[in-house]
Amino acid sequence: MLEIKNLHVKLEEEDKQILKGVDLTVEAGKVHAIMGPNGSGKSTLSYVLSGRDGYEVTAGSATLDGEDLLEQEPEERAAAGLFLAFQYPVEIPGVGNMTFLRTAVNAQRKARGEEEMSAADFLKLVRAKAKDLKIDADMLKRPVNTGFSGGEKKRNEILQMAMLEPKMCILDETDSGLDVDAMKLVSEGVNALRDENRAFLVITHYQRLLNHIKPDVVHIMANGRIVKTGGPELALEVEENGYADILAEVA
Amino acid sequence: MALPKAKEDATVARIAGLTRLEGAGWLDGAQADAITRLRAMGMPGRRDEYWKYTDPTSLASVDPVPAAVFDTSDEAPIFDGIDRLKVVFVDGVFDADASDDLSMEGIEIERLQDVAKTDIHWAKDLYGVLETRGQNPVDRPLAVLNTAFATDGIVIRATGKAAKPVHMIYLHKSDSSDAILHHLVKVEEGAELTVLESGPAAARFNQAMEVEVADRADFHHIRAQGRDHERRAVTHIFARLGTESLFKSFTMTANGVMTRNEAVIELTGDDASAHIAGAAMGDGDFHHDDTIFITHDAVNCESRQVFKKVLRNGATGVFQGKILVKAGAQKTDGYQISQSLLLDDDAQFLAKPELEIYADDVACSHGSTSGAIDDEALFYLRSRGVPAGQATDLLTLAFLAEAIDEIADEAIADEILSRLEAWLTRRRG
Ligand SMILES: Nc1ncnc2c1ncn2[C@@H]1O[C@H](COP(=O)(O)OP(=O)(O)OP(=O)(O)O)[C@@H](O)[C@H]1O
Ligand SMILES: [Mg+2]
Repeated sequence: MLEIKNLHVKLEEEDKQILKGVDLTVEAGKVHAIMGPNGSGKSTLSYVLSGRDGYEVTAGSATLDGEDLLEQEPEERAAAGLFLAFQYPVEIPGVGNMTFLRTAVNAQRKARGEEEMSAADFLKLVRAKAKDLKIDADMLKRPVNTGFSGGEKKRNEILQMAMLEPKMCILDETDSGLDVDAMKLVSEGVNALRDENRAFLVITHYQRLLNHIKPDVVHIMANGRIVKTGGPELALEVEENGYADILAEVA
Repeated sequence: MALPKAKEDATVARIAGLTRLEGAGWLDGAQADAITRLRAMGMPGRRDEYWKYTDPTSLASVDPVPAAVFDTSDEAPIFDGIDRLKVVFVDGVFDADASDDLSMEGIEIERLQDVAKTDIHWAKDLYGVLETRGQNPVDRPLAVLNTAFATDGIVIRATGKAAKPVHMIYLHKSDSSDAILHHLVKVEEGAELTVLESGPAAARFNQAMEVEVADRADFHHIRAQGRDHERRAVTHIFARLGTESLFKSFTMTANGVMTRNEAVIELTGDDASAHIAGAAMGDGDFHHDDTIFITHDAVNCESRQVFKKVLRNGATGVFQGKILVKAGAQKTDGYQISQSLLLDDDAQFLAKPELEIYADDVACSHGSTSGAIDDEALFYLRSRGVPAGQATDLLTLAFLAEAIDEIADEAIADEILSRLEAWLTRRRG
């Protein structure tokens, strides 16, 4: 589904290389996890895939179902089925959460040549999905993420994912800032979406999340590269020993 | 003090170019008095401090710059869906046939020149009175000119809760019309009134409204200026507020080569509230100026000024806003915010926010900002599939939201919002 080859990325404004040849393939139906030290380039990878400004791809490619992602506008990537749950969801005062969700759902449908969702259908759907994530009516009415607690913001990301039903979901540290119960809710939300036509790339620092969302493959990213790939046991190893051994081994 | 020669000449020429209503009863005296004041004050000039950011030339010149009639038939007239009493003016002249019957439960509506012939009328004690008070500490000669030469206007007195809003519709049919209208509004104790205004009015429009809001009375004013581009307009609202009264005024402006909206509001009774807000959108040859002066002269009053401007393509926005808290006006709560959203590099926003406080127990805050669309927010929206243009519009409307929130009536607020949305959508093609 997602195929990244030899991806090199530098900052547009500075002469700073951040990704130095990332190779990564995520197959449909699978959950891949990426772990790695702070500053290794995990968020940068997720931003570059979703089309944020400020980065320059100097080499390599990224495709979603064979389509070149890097050439597309962010909204085109979204309509093609790519979704990023942000590490730091953005607050947008003045735009109601509900309006935002509905605009997004219908914009994607329109881009795909599908019929827009009626107000009534939308309302029914959003209420049901919000309930699963314990997001109350008040949070739906408030401006997007504005004044939300850290955990509320993360749950709101998962609500958007549930509404948009993307096929490639990237979760950037969705577990950070969540209490134990919220972590369960969020994991259940993610697991409910797991199916053979959908794939996940879960960026996390903690094994704990991976107890709930069981990964098929675990990658270690360091200094702008995937330096090691293995099964779920790799995450346990990181939890036990940190990154020192792995980094020494690949150096 | 004698006027500089050039100013004196300009003033004499302007006065000579105007004709007054004839045989208009007590109005004659009030207007003659205003002419005397205008001669002493002089017409505004480019060098006047109060016109530092806005060139008054085209508003003060003898002849108006012609303005083509703008076709807005692609959308329904604003406020059409709202049950209201229509008062229609065509190029500044009251049109009885196009207007509704001027009678409504809870209010009295008359034409200015008619009440002028009635010797004992409350309007006599209001005409030019608040305007004159509003000349201190700064001269507002275009308002004096209005008082001196208004040729029409509406006089409204609310004695109870008005059954529906009064809607002044200003139609523009002549390319060279130069309209001067003066309205008087008196909201009696405990009464409630909403006044709506819309339409381009004339090639050049000078409008003044004096509003007396008595104790425990509520006055709501919602004005829609636009979408015509060539209009030149100067408006003044002079209001005086009694105890526990409420005054709310909101103006939407879309386009217009030259607009100056002044509001001079005095809170003279304790526990009164004055809210004045504006949402302006300009594209290209657009100059829009909000000049506000709020005086707190009573205890425990609250005032809010919320002004937002969306500017693109070389448009200019101006805000001059002042809160004056007089000695003794304790527990004043004053808030003022003026912000512009610059959609490209060549738009500009000039702001002069001022506070002058002579009481010690007050809470006043003011702020002014100028900025572009937030890139982070824009990317967030786009990453969810919202196309860039639509995402920009959403963020633009979000920027205006604080001003629109000042409209108390939900149906009217929705109508304003839909016009702002349409304006943005048209620009996306
Ligand atoms: N816009 C930017 N300006 C300057 N430096 C940047 C920018 N974006 C990323 N970087 C740098 O690139 C490196 C990778 O950052 P990135 O956020 O991708 O790391 P990460 O692996 O997600 O880290 P964490 O685990 O802390 O979230 C860091 O050194 C970071 O400071
Ligand atoms: Mg990160």
